Formats: sequence, C-alpha cells, structure tokens
Amino acid sequence: MSDFEFSSEFWNWWVIGLTLGNILACWWLIAWTSKKRAGESAVGETTGHSWDESLQEYNNPLPRWWLWLFHITLVFSLIYIVLYPGLGKFTGVWDWTQESQYDQEIKDAQERFDPIFAAYAQRPIPELAQDAQAVKAGQRLYLNYCATCHGSDAHGGPGFPNLSDNVWLYGGEPDTIKTSILDGRQGMMPAWQDALGDAGVDEVTAYVISISGREADPVKAEAGKARFDMMCVACHAADGTGNPALGAPNLTDADWLYGGSPGVIRHSIAKGRNGQMPSHREFLGEDKAHLLAAYLYSLSQ
Amino acid sequence: MDTASTYNYKVVRQFSIMTIVWGIVGMSVGVLIAAQLMWPALNFDIPWLTYSRLRPLHTNAVIFAFGGSALFATSYYVVQRTCQARLFSNGLAAFTFWGWQLVILSAAITLPLGITTSKEYAELEWPIDILITLVWVAYAVVFFGTIMKRRTKHIYVANWFYGAFILTVAVLHLVNSAALPVSAMKSYSAYPGAIDAMVQWWYGHNAVGFFLTAGFLGMMYYFIPKQANRPVYSYRLSVVHFWALISTYMWAGPHHLHYTALPDWAQSLGMVFSLILLAPSWGGMINGMMTLSGAWHKLRTDPILKFLIVSLSFYGMSTFEGPMMAIKTVNALSHYTDWTIGHVHSGALGWVALVSIGSMYFLIPRLFGREQMYSVKLIDVHFWVSTIGVVLYIAAMWIAGVMQGLMWRAVNDDGTLTYSFVESLERMYPFYFVRFLGGAIFLSGMLIMAYNVYKTIAGQRPAVAAIPQTA
Repeated sequence: MSDFEFSSEFWNWWVIGLTLGNILACWWLIAWTSKKRAGESAVGETTGHSWDESLQEYNNPLPRWWLWLFHITLVFSLIYIVLYPGLGKFTGVWDWTQESQYDQEIKDAQERFDPIFAAYAQRPIPELAQDAQAVKAGQRLYLNYCATCHGSDAHGGPGFPNLSDNVWLYGGEPDTIKTSILDGRQGMMPAWQDALGDAGVDEVTAYVISISGREADPVKAEAGKARFDMMCVACHAADGTGNPALGAPNLTDADWLYGGSPGVIRHSIAKGRNGQMPSHREFLGEDKAHLLAAYLYSLSQ
Repeated sequence: MDTASTYNYKVVRQFSIMTIVWGIVGMSVGVLIAAQLMWPALNFDIPWLTYSRLRPLHTNAVIFAFGGSALFATSYYVVQRTCQARLFSNGLAAFTFWGWQLVILSAAITLPLGITTSKEYAELEWPIDILITLVWVAYAVVFFGTIMKRRTKHIYVANWFYGAFILTVAVLHLVNSAALPVSAMKSYSAYPGAIDAMVQWWYGHNAVGFFLTAGFLGMMYYFIPKQANRPVYSYRLSVVHFWALISTYMWAGPHHLHYTALPDWAQSLGMVFSLILLAPSWGGMINGMMTLSGAWHKLRTDPILKFLIVSLSFYGMSTFEGPMMAIKTVNALSHYTDWTIGHVHSGALGWVALVSIGSMYFLIPRLFGREQMYSVKLIDVHFWVSTIGVVLYIAAMWIAGVMQGLMWRAVNDDGTLTYSFVESLERMYPFYFVRFLGGAIFLSGMLIMAYNVYKTIAGQRPAVAAIPQTA
C-alpha cells in the first residue's frame, strides 16, 4: 500500500534482515545436512539410536528431486522480492503496488467500456426503455448494484420499495428516477408516540386504515381524523394522498412500504421510520445511472 | 506394581476416548451446517442453531476438541514411551484433561449463545482464553518435564514436533488473544485495524501450521514406523524439514490478506514464504511414505497403515495446494470461494482426521490390554467409508469454488458482470448436496469406529505398562 510508512528505519532493516536471514538459513540448512560427515551411518544402516523397543532411523540422503524443488522455490522467492515490494521499504525493481494495479485495471476498463454507456446516455430514457438491448444492459447493472435490497425481480420487500409497479414515492418521471439513483433519498417519518400517546396512536391508526378503504372502528377513526388533520397533513396532504416532493407515501391506496397491517401501521406511527436509499453518483457515475433509470422506467411502463 | 515404575496410561485413555466422542460431535455439527446451506429451514428459526453460531462451534469442536484431544493423547503416550519415563506430573496431567474438557464445554455453551470475539479459530472470550492459557502451561510443564527426566540419550523426532507445537501454540494464543475486557463476556482486541487482521492471520495460519501440521507430524513420526515396524526413512531429512518447516510457517499468514489494506511488502513475504514451505512440508510426507519402502505389501492387509499412509497423501496434496493458492494471481480467483473450504477439508479430514483415526486404532487396544481392535474388518470398512467421504467432499468444493471464482469475475461485452451473486449461489446447490453427502459418509465412519472401540474396551481392564529399566 503506497501510503504505508515504517515508523522508523529500524523496522525497515528488521524486515529486510529477518527475510533474507530466513531464506539464506534455509539454504545453509540444506547444504549443511547434505554433507557427508565422518563416522555417520552408511546408506541402508540405521543411526544406531533406538527408542521404545523398535523405533529406529535410517540416515538416507535427501532425495535429489526434493532438493531441486527446495532450491527452485528459494531462487524464485529471491527474484520475486527483488522485482516486487517485500524487503522493507524497497519498493521492488518494477515499482509495483496493488493500488497501481487497481488503477490500471480501472483505467483499462473505463477506456473499453465507458464509450458504450456514454452512447446510451446520449439518448432519452423513454427511448432507451423501448430498446431491448439497452434494457438488458440496464438489467445487468440492476442485478449487481440494486438487487440486494430491491430483489432480483425488483419487487422490493418491507422497507425497500417495489420498483416494478407504477407506484413511486418520489415520482416516476425518468429524470426523477435518475435523481433517486444518483443522489439517494432519505425517507424520514418521525416517531409520534410521545406526541400522541397510546390512545392517540390507536386513533390515527384507525383513521389511516379507514382512508385506505378498509373497515375501522368509526369512533376511533373520527377522533383520529382530528389528530391527522393537525399533525400529518403537512407531509401526507389533507386527503392523505402524500407528497412526492417529500417522499411522503400515499396512504389511501393498497400499497405499503413497510406493510399495511394495523400492527405495522401502528408501529410506523408510534416509532417512525427511517428509509435510506444511498447515493450512487460517485460509485456508478451519470452514464450508468442513466441506463439504470431506463431499465426501471421500462418496468413501470 | 507401584505407579512410579509404570507409564501413565490413564490420561492417555481419557483423551483417546474423548477424541472419538468430540470427533463425532464436531463432525455432526459440520454435517448439520452443511445441510443448512442446502435447506436453510434447518435452523428452525432458533438463534442458537443458526449457521453463523454453529459454524465456529464446528471448527472449534473438530480442531480443538477432536484434534486437540488426539494430540494430547498421542503426545502423552509417545513422550513417555520414547523417553522411557512416566509423565512428569500425574496431577498436572489430570488438570490438562479436565481443564481442556471444561474449555470445550464452555465453547459449546458460549458460541451458540453468540458470545464471540469474532476472530476466526480464536472466537472464545477472554475468561475461556485464560483457562486455555493455564491448561497449556500445565501441558508444557508435563511434556517438557517428561523430556527432562528421560532415560534415553536422544530425543526422538516425534517429540521435536510435539514440542514445537506446544511452544508455538502458547505464543500464538497469548499474542492473538490479547484484549481489553469490557464485561464478563465481552472484550475488544488489543490491536487496531490492519494490524489486528495481520495478528489474527499470523495466528490463524500458524494454528494450521503448528496445531494441525507440526503436532500431527509428531503423531506420524511415531505411529507409522511403529505400525510398519520399519526404521524412519531419513534422519537428516527430518532435521532439515523440521527446522525449515517451523521457521517458514511463521511467515505464511499474510497470504490470507492478499489485496487488502495490508502493506504490499507483507503480502509479498506471505506469498514467497508459503512457496518456500512446499519442500519442507513434503519432507515430512517423504519421510513417512518412504518409511514403508520394502514393506509396501503391508498396505494390502493392514487397514491401520492404510489410514496412516493415505493421510500422508492428503497431507502432500494439501501442502501442494496451499502454496499454489498463496500465489497472488491464483488467490485472486480462489479467495472467498468454496475452494478454500475444500482445501481446508482435504487437510482437516484427509490429513488430520485420518492420521488421528489410524493412531487411535493403534493406541486403543494397547491402552486396554488387547492385541488388536475388536474387528480389523471394521477398521477396513471405516477406511473406505472415510476415504470416499473425503473425496466427495473436496471434489465438490473444488468444482464449486472454481466455478464461483469464474462466475464472479465473468464480464459481458459492455463490462457489466455476467452473473449476479444469486445466480452463482443457485449453481452451488448440487455441489453443496455432494458436500453434505461426503460429510455425512465421513461421519458414519466415525460411528463405525465408536462401535468398534466400544466392543474393544467393553469389559476390559485398563492396561498397565511397566517402564523398561534399561537405558
């Protein structure tokens, strides 16, 4: 890593000394044990030591092919740490770093692939959404960057919007979709438990259920409406249809980001919600986001 | 007979029996989590049974409970027999047995509860780490104390390896477990960021190098020449490969951290020393295999020898595969794939388990005063069952791993990735099934062993062996 620095000259020489010392010690060890010594047992004879009644040892020479193998790995290692970083601060003859390899690979990929996405980016999103090849390329981007949260089929899940229908929290215009991808979204529903109290939360829950076209306790719903008109309309609008500018969901349809059962709605009101779509501007860039938006737009058409 | 003139077989017997018990437990957990990868519902929505908690339980149980018990049992047996001396202290030896069982029990309780340091192969929290340290110091005192009072002039090669394993594991455990406790069951590592990663893999790879290699080579150096009744092939080869092995293994850890925040120089050194490690590793294999030269025919009739020799073949295979996987360009493909899992199991099942099983079949009749196991035929059945199990397991993981690596890096003409992650996962199912099958077959071999051992020792009196008084 290029910004790595040894804290002192000592550690630099420590690494160099130990590395070379260990490699050379291996060399010395093979040389030393390969030598014939006066008085040692001959091939085919045991060393004369014995343990536990029957344990003995021959003193056969080191297999030649094995010695070759050992020497080759030692030579390779020395060459490698001359060419590549390894000996402390010495960066290697080839001046290789993993960052430089990464930068080079990214640069090569950009040179090769960026023009493809730049060409797509020249065409309007609705037009791309009709182009089967563009949609396919967009889908591949989707599967690798988006599917983890929004699902392989873009149907989403609790807390992760369904992108395959025509219901949009922030609006489904081509450019709005692109903005959501590039800059992300922060969907913040405050917690109302303290302000409303248990009874208040129950009442607002009943009201929300009633405006989504379901049966709810009319007395509670009536009381809930009064509270709704005071506390919720700023974001969710007077009729509860929401506000795409804020990402405030429409509460009158059958589409629920976190789930539409009374218990879940109650939880959303009492505890609040904090949905976060991360920004992809740095990561994907304009051109890929453009193509991705085209894919998502095609799903909603 | 007074105890001073006999070998301490009691602690050896205890550890030998627990080797088989923990082997079955650890491998059962392994089979369960292999099944969970196929059928996720098998965690029954119970947090204690989720893959994330059982996986460390599996690794701890097979490495430290099964492998550890096998090492304790055989090292205590070998050091006494080759030193012609009773263990240095009966009390400390008993403490290591009960202490080690307590460590294992604590692991079996805390890991499913989710109490973990999250350091791989060192997950146990600080109070258990302290207990491990105490047991290990006692182990070292017993082992080296016995060496000190030996009646033989020379120290047998098996004891060099056991000794290196005991000393190094002590150092590894102390350094890697250094942590700041914040409560009774939670601590934070003493090291920051990349340094922590480096210390962890220095520990992690040396756990492989010293716990799972040096220790088991000690086993190999006693039980192969004993069972084959042949002299060890080459004394000088054991000298070279011992010193080269223990000095180079120390460096290999960074190959677990290729292309990470670890400085380039450390990554390079991890790679080159892993390559240098090939020859020293193979030194042990050659010495074991060639010990059989002139006695190859024994392999036909002796299933214990089959276990021991085939374990060396797997050892040779994994110690070739390891250095190859440590090469940066190979690692770029293999890292984070199931190839690594295959590699680990060719070492863990093929080498560690087979050599331990072979040694236990040698040891158990002798510890209970019998000529041989209850059924030699069943040892042979066990041999074939385990070999088939290992081969299925590692072949499945090789194919799965290489396929994952290739799928993850495949790109289309426009530079987009060809496959989503889920697509690669979907393609894994057949291989995960074969892996599960291989593991289950291997486990069934352990059950055959348990039956054979039970029939061997049932109704037997513990053997008492006198120490020969001649030097």
